[in-house]
Order: sequence, then C-alpha cells, then structure tokens
Amino acid sequence: MTLLLPLTFLLPLAGTLILAFSHARLGVRGSAWVGVTSVGLAALVTALLTYQFIGAPRAYEMTLWRWIAVGDFQPTFGLRLDGLSLTMLGVITGVGLLIHWFAAWYMHGEEGVTRFYAYMNLFVASMVLLVLGDNLLLLFLGWEGVGLCSYLLIGHYYHTAANGWAAFKAFIVTRIGDAFLAIGLFLLFHELGTLNVAEILQRAPEAWSAGDPTVQLAALLLLGGALGKSAQLPLHTWLADAMAGPTPVSALIHAATMVTAGVYLIARMHGVFLLAPDVLLLVGVIGALTLLMAAFAALAQTDIKRVLAYSTMSQIGYMFLALGVGGFEAAIFHLMTHAFFKALLFLSAGAVIVSCHHEQDIRRLGGLWQRLPLAYAGFVVGGAALAALPLVTAGFYSKDEILWQALASGHGGLLLAGLLGALLTSLYTLRLIVGVFHGKPGSDNARDAESGSGLAHGLPLIVLALLSTLLGAWIEPPLGAVLPGPHEGGEGWHLALEIMASGVALAGIALGAWLFLRRQAWLADIVSHGWGAKSWRLWHHAWGFDTGYDRLLVSPYRSLVAWMRSDVVDAVVGLVARLAWWLHVGLARTQTGKLRLYAASMVLGATLVLVAMALAA
Amino acid sequence: MALVWLILIPFIGGLLCWQGERWGDQPPRWIALGTMLLVLLITLGLWWHGDYRLPAGAEAEAVSWAIEWRAVWIPRFGIEVHLALDGLSLVLIALTGLLGVLAVLCSWHEIGRRVGFFHLNLLWILAGVVGVFLAIDLFLFFFFWEMMLVPMYFLIALWGHSGSRGRTRIGAATKFFIYTQASGLLMLVAILGLVFAHYNATGEYTFSYAALRETPLSDELSVWLMLGFFFAFAVKLPVVPFHGWLPDAHAQAPTAGSVDLAGILLKTGAYGMLRFALPLFPEASQAFAPVAMGLGLVGIFYGALLACGQQDIKRLIAYTSISHMGFVLIGIYAGTELALQGVVALMVAHAFSTSALFIISGQIYERLHTRDMREMGGLWGRMGSLPGFMLCFVVASLGMPGTVNFVGEFMILFGSFPVVPWVAAIASAGLVLAAIYSLLLMQRVHYGPPRGEGRFADLDRREYAMMLGLLALVLLLGLFPQPLLETSGATMHEVQQLFSDAAAPTSITELMGGL
Repeated sequence: MTLLLPLTFLLPLAGTLILAFSHARLGVRGSAWVGVTSVGLAALVTALLTYQFIGAPRAYEMTLWRWIAVGDFQPTFGLRLDGLSLTMLGVITGVGLLIHWFAAWYMHGEEGVTRFYAYMNLFVASMVLLVLGDNLLLLFLGWEGVGLCSYLLIGHYYHTAANGWAAFKAFIVTRIGDAFLAIGLFLLFHELGTLNVAEILQRAPEAWSAGDPTVQLAALLLLGGALGKSAQLPLHTWLADAMAGPTPVSALIHAATMVTAGVYLIARMHGVFLLAPDVLLLVGVIGALTLLMAAFAALAQTDIKRVLAYSTMSQIGYMFLALGVGGFEAAIFHLMTHAFFKALLFLSAGAVIVSCHHEQDIRRLGGLWQRLPLAYAGFVVGGAALAALPLVTAGFYSKDEILWQALASGHGGLLLAGLLGALLTSLYTLRLIVGVFHGKPGSDNARDAESGSGLAHGLPLIVLALLSTLLGAWIEPPLGAVLPGPHEGGEGWHLALEIMASGVALAGIALGAWLFLRRQAWLADIVSHGWGAKSWRLWHHAWGFDTGYDRLLVSPYRSLVAWMRSDVVDAVVGLVARLAWWLHVGLARTQTGKLRLYAASMVLGATLVLVAMALAA
Repeated sequence: MALVWLILIPFIGGLLCWQGERWGDQPPRWIALGTMLLVLLITLGLWWHGDYRLPAGAEAEAVSWAIEWRAVWIPRFGIEVHLALDGLSLVLIALTGLLGVLAVLCSWHEIGRRVGFFHLNLLWILAGVVGVFLAIDLFLFFFFWEMMLVPMYFLIALWGHSGSRGRTRIGAATKFFIYTQASGLLMLVAILGLVFAHYNATGEYTFSYAALRETPLSDELSVWLMLGFFFAFAVKLPVVPFHGWLPDAHAQAPTAGSVDLAGILLKTGAYGMLRFALPLFPEASQAFAPVAMGLGLVGIFYGALLACGQQDIKRLIAYTSISHMGFVLIGIYAGTELALQGVVALMVAHAFSTSALFIISGQIYERLHTRDMREMGGLWGRMGSLPGFMLCFVVASLGMPGTVNFVGEFMILFGSFPVVPWVAAIASAGLVLAAIYSLLLMQRVHYGPPRGEGRFADLDRREYAMMLGLLALVLLLGLFPQPLLETSGATMHEVQQLFSDAAAPTSITELMGGL
C-alpha cells in the first residue's frame, strides 16, 4: 500500500507530460479528460491512503532516491505521510479534482485548454511534493514549482500585456520571499547539519535554547518565505493582480492551496518557531494586520474577483494569527474549511462571470439570483461560511477555534483584531452578494445571463457547498501526533466567546443588510465626497502599497537599469582603447614628410639629451 | 593515446571539412557532425570504463590522474607534451563534445557561405578547448589557450552579424581578440615567472604541473604570479571589470559561435582557476578569496541589471552569463567541497541552458529576421513548440528546482554559507534578479498582443531534437545529479584539501608586503 504514495504526484505529472507532448492532437475535450482524470486518480489514491491511515494512524517515510550526496549534504527525494501532510493532500487532490472538473465547463470553447490543463496538473504535482517532501530542499522544489505554475496560469490569457505583467509581479514578489526562505535553509543546514524536517525538529531544541538569536533569525527567514507565498504584509501586493488568471486558477491556486503553503510551512516547522517566541508573536501580529488591512480593502472593490482575493488575504491573516498564538491545529483546520468555502465562492463567481459574458464588475452585475440559482446558492452558502454564520457553517467552527486560541493564550489585542475582522468580513460578504445578485442588473451582460448546466458545472458547486456547511466541520484533521496541542481554558469563557463571535457576525450581517439593501443612496453619497471618498480611494487601492512600492523600488530599479544599459564599466575600460587611438592620431600628425621638421626635432632631441646628461653629471 | 586522439580528431576533422567543401556544402556538415559525435563517444567510453571516484584513504599528497600521456617536446627547457585526464576534465570534455555536436547542428541552415572553412574554424576551436582541458604542461596549456583564440576570431569576423548602434562584427572580433590576448600574455609572464622561480630553487627547468606545484615561493611572489593567472582566467570567465568583450562577441557571433563561447570557452576560465590558480598558489588564493568573492557578487548584480536593460535578445542572454559566472566565482573561492561541486554542476547547467537559449534566439532570428525584442511580442501562439522550449530553458536559467541549474546554484550557496554567510546571503538576492531578467525575456518575446497575423514555421525535426535533448539533460541532471558529481568528486575533493590546508587566511595586502 505504501507504494501508492508516489502516485499522488506521479499521476498529475503524467497528465502534464501527456498534455505537453500531445501537440494539440487531443482537442478541448480530450485535454480536459486527461487533466481531470489524472487528478481524479490522484484523489482516489489519496482516499485509499486516508482509509489506510485511519486504520493505522502511523506516520511513515519513504525515500525514492538520493538526490544529492556531497559530504554532509544528503538531501533525498523522500516523502513523508503524516496527519498534516495527509490533510493537505486531501485538500489538494479533493478540492483540486472538483476545480479541475469545473474548469472543464469554465474553459469550454476557449483557446489553450491543453496548455491550461498541463499547467494545472503540474501545479497539483508540485503542490503534492511540497506537502509530502520530508526535507526542506524537496519542499523548496514544490514551493518553486507551484510558484511557476501560478505564474504561468495567471498569464494564461497572454494576449493582454497586463496579464503578463500581473503574472510577472506575482512571481517576482513571491520570489523575494523565496530568497529569504533559501537563506533560512542555508542557515538551518549550517547550524543543524540536516535539511530533514523530522531531524530539524528533533535537533533544534538540543542546539538552541528558547530565544536564541540564531533560531530567531532562522524563524524570521522562514517567515519571509511564508509571507511571500501566502500574500501577507508586506509581500501581499501580488495576490489581487493574480486574479487576471482564469477563475478556476484563482480558486485552486490563489484561494485553496498554494497561498496557504506559508501556513503549512510554519506549522511544519513549528518546533523552530516555538523556540523563537518573538518571531512567533510577529507571525500573529502580521496576520492580524493583514486580516484588517485586506478586509477594509475588500469593502471597496468593484471587481467580483478582487473582493474574493482580498478576502482570501484576510482569511490567511486569520491563519497566521492562529499560528502566532500557538494554535497550530486551529490554523490548519481553518486552512481546510477555507479551502472548501473559498473554492466554492470562486467557482460560483466563475459561474457568474461566464454566464454574464465575462462581466466582472459588481456595478454592472446585479439582480441575478433568479437567473443563476445555483451560483446564488453557492454564494449564499460560501458567504455564510466566510462570515462564520453560527452553528450551521464550517467557517464558524474553524474561526471560532482561532479566536478561542487567541483568548486562551492571552493575546487580547489579537483577539480584538479577529473580532473586528469578523465584523468587516460579514460586511463585505453581504456587499458582494447583494451587489451581484440583488437590485437591478447593471448592464446588458447581466440582463441576458444564461445559467450554466451540466455535471461539470453543477456537481463541484454542490459538493463544495455541502463541505462548506456543518458537514465540512465534522472532518477532523488527524493533527494530534504532528502539531502541539491547543491551548486549554475554561469552558465558560469559550462559550462566552462563541456567543460574542456569533453576535459580531450576525451584527455585521444585519448592518450590511441595512446598509446595502436599504441605505444604498445614502452610502453612495457618503463615498462620493469628503472623508468617505478619501477612504474609499485608499481602500480601493488597498492602502496604496502598490503606489508606494512603485515609487520606492520599481521606479528606482528601472532608472538604474536605464542608466546602466550601455555598460558603464565597459565604457571606462574602453578608455584605454580610446587613449591608444588618440595617441595614434596625435603621433601620426607628426609624420608630415617635411625634412626640415624632422631635422629640427632631431636637433632638439639631441640637445635635450645632452643637457640632461650634463645636468646629471 | 586516447587523449591525443581527443585533440587530433577534431583537428583532422577540421581539415577534412575544409577540403570536403569541394564536393558541395553538405559534406563538411556531415564530416563535422561525425567528428564531434566521435569525440563525444570517446569521452563517454572513457567515462564508462574509467574510475574517477576518490581512491579510498587517498590523501592529496601526489597528483593522481585517471589517464596520462606524455612525450618529450623541447627537452632543453623541460617542456613536454603532457596530457592527463581526471574527473573534472572528463566532464568538461564531454561537454565540449556535446556542445560541438549542437554547434554543428544549429549552423546547418544558418551558415551558407564558405561552409568548409566555417567548420574548420569551429572544429579547431573545439580541438583547442579539449587541449586546454587536457594539458598539464604549462607551456602546452598556454599553447592551446592561444590556439582556441584565432579560429574564434575568424568565426566572429567572417560569419558574424552586425549589431545595433554601429557595432560591427569585426569590431567585436577584434575586441575579443585583444582582451584575451592581453590577458594571455600576462599569464605567460606568470608561467615564466613560476618556471624561473622553480629554476632558482632547484636548478632545473620544467613546465610540469606536478613539479611546479612544489615550488617554494615567497609570499609576495606567489601573490603576483597568482594574479597573473587569475587575470587571464578572469577575462575568460568573465569577471566584471574585464567582461567588455563578452556581450559584443556573443551578440555578433553566429549561433554556433555563441554556443561555443557560452557553453565551453567561458568554462576554460573556471577550469583554469580550479586547475592552476588555486592548486599552484593555495595560500595566495586563500588570501585573495575575499576580493574574488566580492568581484563575484559584483558580477551577479552587474550582469543581472544590464541584462534587464537590453533590447537585443542575444545581448540579454550574454549578460545573464556574466551573472551566472558570478556564482561560479564565489563557489570557487569559497573552496568547500560542496561549493566546488556546485561549481561543476553550475558550469554544466549554464552550458546547457544558455546554449539552448542562444540556439533558440538563432531559431527566432531565422523566422523573424530580427533579434530586437521591441519587434517581438505575442509570439506564444505563433511558433509551434518553440515558446514552450524557451519557457523551459528560461525557467532553468532562473534556477528552478528540478533543473541542474538549481542544483549548481544551491550547492554553491549552501557550500559558501558556512565560510562567508554574508556573501551567500547577498548572492541569494541574485535569485530575485535572475527571475526578473528571465521573465522579462519571456514577457517581451512571447507575451502581449501579437504583432501580426499568421504562424511561423514550427520547429523541424533537427531543431526539435536539439531542444528535447538539451531539456532532457537539464532535467535528468537536475533530478539525478549524482553521476555527474561522482565523476568530478575526487578532483574537487583534492582542490578543497589544498585550499583548506593553506595557512589561515592572511590579508592579501599583508602578503604583498604591505603595499
């Protein structure tokens, strides 16, 4: 049975290879079939592995081959299956399969379907390697692989230059984080002599006491990598632009899986972070700041996908907050439920977008709830989970766990940020749903929307909707043996918090309903001038990070490149050649052919030599 | 004797190509292809049958070679024809054979004038390079070092392209020649200085590598001699203030010339440092290491920044070479076994990915008749499988894990971090810049709105095979680098021993007598 494990990444990889070398012989249907089947088989294998793991919950490792062996440097192609990687594997292949399937409907009739599925399959393979790798170098392979696929898929519609630049930005910004992660790897290997995760976790407490500067630095560097991948402050700017890709890509890569890789990394390396309490706290603070920053930004977006993008950032902020207070299990639990409901929201958004002839502007949509009942249902269920509607949604249980961990560990400030975030979440969710499905259609595209049909369109939405409810929360990730247990506290406090969080969520929804259904005119008036307009602009541009980075980094870089373009150093070295040329020209001038001049200079030279000799004597 | 044949075969093959021109354009191509395949097969045979692993318990006392061949040349000065092969030279010769085959293949349609003479020059360059990798008599080494220069000059001057802004192919060829020639002369002076120092100490003239390694040298003299060698190799590598010849030569050379330049000629610089500069002057090199690594850092950033600003696709790729060679320089002077092995991997990786990119720019040129990226854009859907291959090699050149480029770069960084953490950390920022210039290349050539209707010719079978072969090698060695690393392991271990046995680093100015 253990031999099944490599199949989880080999099957999608095989899909990629088949698609890459098909030379467009497969056609749209054939490509979709290959793409969906390969991930489907991987999901099947994962189901078998899960069944087996439930029977005998033991972590196991298998080494496929020695990758590099020079001296102490012995990274392997080794896989490790434990509760954490199994949870991730389930999300990747399970949600991945549903999204691949949905994409068969979404991408139908578009150009480049083969390319699309080749990249999607490659993404799944890389992501599986990321979570299964038993050492940090193999994790890094998956880490860069998913980044590459993200780049390729954001730039899928390459005819528009802006999409290419969005892809470019995504890759470069995450790569900045990756460089930190790489340095972190160098440091860890130098200090501990291994890259194997289990050995690192074992040796770290032996090598360092808590708060040791070296381990703080190592944790900080790992955090740098996580911030880039998971779009947290200050490396978050790429995610909103990444929405240029096809919507299933946004669902799979930029909501459910890749962007949560940073959360996975920190959870996986928890032993290092626990030795660096200051850095761990920083993780939580960054999470809290990001969740608030992004929630405000989500309030002021007009593009349906950008709302969801900022919402994703905000929800990952919650996961970072959970990690920061030591609630590792809560973070992974929220990672899982978030994958369900955010994938649902993105796919529903995809359904809306295709039905409305690729209209994405909320202001030009509206009144769609009768025309697109399934997408509406998806939005309502997903939105309820996102807003953590009490008791019936999966999001409630996972977010509640995060807030409880913040309280139980005594981080009042972070708890407050989480509660405020919950209020904002309800607000922007309601604004989105009302804007898209209620009111009057804002354009012809919305007026003649045609609902999608067929199994590929319906089934993924229905399954994800079910998983976003209470049913999803019943799935209990087997994390006990991998991650440190949750903070405990009085049950009474927990109940009080639950009631309070529910109250906040409901209050947000009530406030939202009142504002967006009853007070639209008043709201429009507020945001059109004065402070309202200013904050709208600020939030719409997500606090102006892009402009700031442009001025601070991008423009200087471009000027530097432009200034150096002609190779300054070469020009300086070229002066030697220039000098020789000038000497040549100058001396050539003296060669006049006039005998008198030659004789005169000879006499002059001889005199000078004689005078010099006389003086020397 | 096999070693002599490795040099003689391309040499004779070149003559045959030249004469073969009488029967038309095809015979020289086939002769050249056969010749390089033969060289490649011989090296593979040597690899298959030889044992290049470190002998158990061996110490770096005596110089040990897998195969050796010697004959007297000028006995009066102790000059011999002394060839020797170890793992490092084997890897590089195999690379030469392989890239030789590719160089012949990629010129198949590109070169239409004086085909025979073209292949004569091409093969003689390769003969010279093989000689450089085999010679361990310093006089002979210098001989081959100069010998690869002249045919390269002709290759650029006669079959090159003219560049933008008045850059002529003759100018580029002359620049290349003067840079290399001047630095070669400095090396000759250093070689002679070393020989005379050896004569003064022992009363015997010899150019033998093994003997000269034992020469007792004063600190000051060893620094000056080391600098003489370093300068020659630094120009070839190239190291930043001495890189001026490279962008012009690469951009103006025909595709085969660029492939050979990037793939092999640059590697002679790194080879020279590993074979001569470090082992002959370990103490001086140890003291010089901070400067060299500083230059490596400068190279990484300077090359990357300039690459971003280029409009000529070949100039862009040329500047990326400078950036990659910065990593090589850091790895060599970090001197740990891991870093040195990384250098070998990165040399191989750079040869594959950069040659592939040059071949691709040649293929684009054959279809678009321009190398100016301002006239490209939106080519993705219009060129069949070319963009896909280009993507793969661009991604390799930015160091994507799974490719051998990643193995090389990361081994260098892992290996140098314990010695010089700051250098490794700063060099890591080069990873970001590598991503910027690599993706800019994709963005400018293949993304964006298409500039016209219709499709260009897809890759033909010859072009497809070249690309697929290179891609397979990049991925195979990226996932299974051990065969490569084991071949060069013993040599690199020896270099590392010498380097680490050298006295604790003194500052270079101290060695030079407080200048």
